[in-house]
Amino acid sequence: MTINRREFIKANAIAAAAAVAGVSVPAIASNLITSSDITKLKWDKAPCRFCGTGCSVNVGVMDGKVVATHGDIKSPVNKGLNCVKGYFLSKIMYGKDRLTTPLLRMTNGKYDKAGEFAPVSWDKAFDVMAEKAKDALKKDGPEALGMFGSGQWTVQEGYAAVKLMKAGFRTNNIDPNARHCMASAVGGFMRTFGIDEPMGCYDDLEAADAFVLWGSNMAEMHPILWTRLTDRRLSAPHVKVAVLSTFEHRSFDLADNGIVFTPQTDLAILNYIANYIIQTDRVNTDFVNKHTNFRLGETDIGYGLRPEHELEQRAKNNGETSGSSTPINFDEYAKFVSTYTLEYTAKLSGVPEHKLKALAELYADPKIKVTSFWTMGFNQHTRGVWANNLCYNIHLLTGKISEPGNSPFSLTGQPSACGTAREVGTFSHRLPADMVVKNPKHRAIAEKIWQLPEGTVPPKPGYHAVLQNRMLKDGKLNFYWVQCNNNMQAAANINEEAYPGYRNPKNFIVVSDPYPTVTAQAADLILPTAMWVEKEGVYGNAERRTQSWYQMVEAPNGAKSDLWQLVEFSKRFNVEDVWPEELIAKKPDVRGKTLFDVLYKDSAVGRFSLDEIPEDRLNHESRDFGFYIQKGLFEEYATFGRGHAHDLAPYDRYHQERGLRWPVVNGKETKWRFKEGSDPYAKPGSGWDFYGKPDGRAVIFALPYEPAAESPDEEYDLWLSTGRVLEHWHSGSMTQRVPELYKSMPDALVYMHPDDAKKRGMRRGDLVKLISRRGEVQTRVETRGRNKPPIGLVFMPWFDASRLLNKVTLDATDPLSKQTDYKKCAIKIVKV
Amino acid sequence: MKKINLAVIASLLMLAIAPMMFSLNASAADKNTVNSLATLRDSTPIDRQKEPNSIPKVVNKDIKQGRNYPMQPPVIPHTTRSYEVNLNNNKCMSCHSRHRTEKSQAPMVSVTHYMDRDGNFLADVSPRRYFCNQCHITQLDAEPLVENTFTDMHSLMKEKTATTEQH
Repeated sequence: MTINRREFIKANAIAAAAAVAGVSVPAIASNLITSSDITKLKWDKAPCRFCGTGCSVNVGVMDGKVVATHGDIKSPVNKGLNCVKGYFLSKIMYGKDRLTTPLLRMTNGKYDKAGEFAPVSWDKAFDVMAEKAKDALKKDGPEALGMFGSGQWTVQEGYAAVKLMKAGFRTNNIDPNARHCMASAVGGFMRTFGIDEPMGCYDDLEAADAFVLWGSNMAEMHPILWTRLTDRRLSAPHVKVAVLSTFEHRSFDLADNGIVFTPQTDLAILNYIANYIIQTDRVNTDFVNKHTNFRLGETDIGYGLRPEHELEQRAKNNGETSGSSTPINFDEYAKFVSTYTLEYTAKLSGVPEHKLKALAELYADPKIKVTSFWTMGFNQHTRGVWANNLCYNIHLLTGKISEPGNSPFSLTGQPSACGTAREVGTFSHRLPADMVVKNPKHRAIAEKIWQLPEGTVPPKPGYHAVLQNRMLKDGKLNFYWVQCNNNMQAAANINEEAYPGYRNPKNFIVVSDPYPTVTAQAADLILPTAMWVEKEGVYGNAERRTQSWYQMVEAPNGAKSDLWQLVEFSKRFNVEDVWPEELIAKKPDVRGKTLFDVLYKDSAVGRFSLDEIPEDRLNHESRDFGFYIQKGLFEEYATFGRGHAHDLAPYDRYHQERGLRWPVVNGKETKWRFKEGSDPYAKPGSGWDFYGKPDGRAVIFALPYEPAAESPDEEYDLWLSTGRVLEHWHSGSMTQRVPELYKSMPDALVYMHPDDAKKRGMRRGDLVKLISRRGEVQTRVETRGRNKPPIGLVFMPWFDASRLLNKVTLDATDPLSKQTDYKKCAIKIVKV
Repeated sequence: MKKINLAVIASLLMLAIAPMMFSLNASAADKNTVNSLATLRDSTPIDRQKEPNSIPKVVNKDIKQGRNYPMQPPVIPHTTRSYEVNLNNNKCMSCHSRHRTEKSQAPMVSVTHYMDRDGNFLADVSPRRYFCNQCHITQLDAEPLVENTFTDMHSLMKEKTATTEQH
């Protein structure tokens, strides 16, 4: 029988279609629907729900449902493109198991920690929550209360939460999951520049002559920025791309210089580059003399483990002084880095000398405009702040900074890690606009803007993310609310440090989520939550771009946004329930009022009327509370930054724009900060002005290579690195519910070098156990595909809720940033 | 501490909560919710693990799949194992580029792929669209864990047309 490929396919397709439709004869023709009444879609813009790139998306709505999404042509970020996750945004809200009623663990109709989940009304849910919070407050004070939030909260949600926790309940025990993701970047910025967030912007992508990726797999994690980088590399052939990682991944497909280094030795490579610049006499002396200082940092600072851990016992400077430094001069700095020779660094890192030299030359050559990108490779690192500092060093030594194409650029993981976590300051030590709770002047500014008495905001930093889990386990943190994240899947060492705390009988755990996640499974009360375009909000992306969106569809009946939940819950507390008498006495007019009145309705938050919301717009929170709450929260929050180099435009303007990069001064956004002529805050005549520091100078830090917290040994003989994949967002709670994305990447496999598999008698597809000192997880072996680890290292992504990889990982953190190192721990792999 | 076997309790739970459903005005969807808590783990307790299934095979039938909406990038209906897409090669284009489709009978890449960032048409595929695998994905022979209730705009339109015709 002769049948060509085309006919074969056609015949099969008809058969397949007929089988699906349950008919034997396919329709011959179908009528085209052309009436514009019927075919019309309502299009609106929203930032993508996923990564920190901050693509703008056009969302098509018909009959109250999102029916289509595509990349926004008008957005300067993505110019009409999306990645595969972005193209499937239309389906993330429609998993069949959306939660629509609060669920409380109960026995015989009463709350019981050991009981089973049963539906309750919102009223009953808040009753129980308020009772538990008040009990904890009465028994152990505000420090027994805590909240774990998110870089996926809207700006307004994060701001409402900060106000509720820091001013309402008077506890700083609020931290975002951005602690797992961006804390080291924040630490790096504050230490080197005294002000957070990148000086450059995405326009660097079209201006650079060279790109260096330091521990960033942009091809999968920031795909749209990768399309811009690819566009630049392929359309301007002189452009070079260097990619550094501890294993080979998709970004190596475009690499001119692909570099696989031994974990942790990035610190040495960075110092080698500095040494190379000095040795080859390519320091930009004029820039360095005018705009930098040199400092020697404290060393041997420990690994952020529990104090009784042997590594902490051994560390000399893991206390308060771990972040301290002393001034040095250029010669002392040059001497410090001089030990990082080519030979030493090549040996330590396992990278061939010629590759290191070619890399260093990209920075040293004054004619090459170089942009460095990094993400979790630097940030999830027990010396993450150092890695950030060391990268700024090489840009500062050469003066390659704050100019188009010359850009040290920390990429962000989450859609609003910059906007909500960093700018709003939802961290346990922070306040909005880079201020900190420790500083009495900063607290006074916050109290003034919030119209609250002096002494409302507590000065002691609260529990950060990792400490929250430890304190839950130790029974010190007893009322805990988790919103907009999935930390029972995401936190490191969940066997020892997360699960025990959630199930500790002393604690009451509330989890707000659209879907029944692993974290929800570990909770005592689950609150069904509205998501993305089911609410109005603002996100801030990695290039300081603030973007807003309107609510476009109704949430499933019963689900409420995080904002509504936070603000509605505040109605359950009178000021007398939460504040001591001496504080109330300083502002007697709050007597008898609820936290809702004091923090929201009667403050600047409540000053915009419902008339300001366009009539055809949904907005379930505002219409419930009686004022335009998203605008009120945004405008009050913006007061913190206006005039202080964090200026935001008026709220209404963001509804018209595809985002604006702050500081927005005189209506104009800022592309490159710290550069005179481009940043209105840079003093005239300065050239560059690093105004985050009192003397306008950035700091070049002398910091050494120090080993990882845990390295392979005879028994645990492999490095384990974790991370994400293109097709899934974080823990997969949204993307695993999109059939096309699920089917493209259903399970998390362990990627191994074929020789490592062979040595252990394993083949692709074998069932294996990854075992660490803390726990184990089962999965299947993958020896081919997109990731190619070197011998001695394996990679497994953590998106898979059925294979909880974080039972294995180590909760060691950077002692400065408190961010966990998810990229390095020691494991063994055995066949099951 | 008591181990919570969600799979078992779910059915018991339904008996206990059935009377409350009315006061909550809860719909049938709620029942599913309770039954399917921690759906992606098949309700396995957190301190345990279900045995991982074997690695599914890539669907390799070359049958085009429908799209959920016109702008959706089509999924790849064949295996792409050992397809190189890198600095030197783009294997996908050996069938899907304009001058290869006559021979290959594969669909030509969309015209949007010839446009640069500013919407101008180029003589060949734009470098910003170079890495096909950022938008186009293969499908494995795996049954989704959760049904998705996304509505195709076509079915909404058809409903409306039917309603219009009745009047």
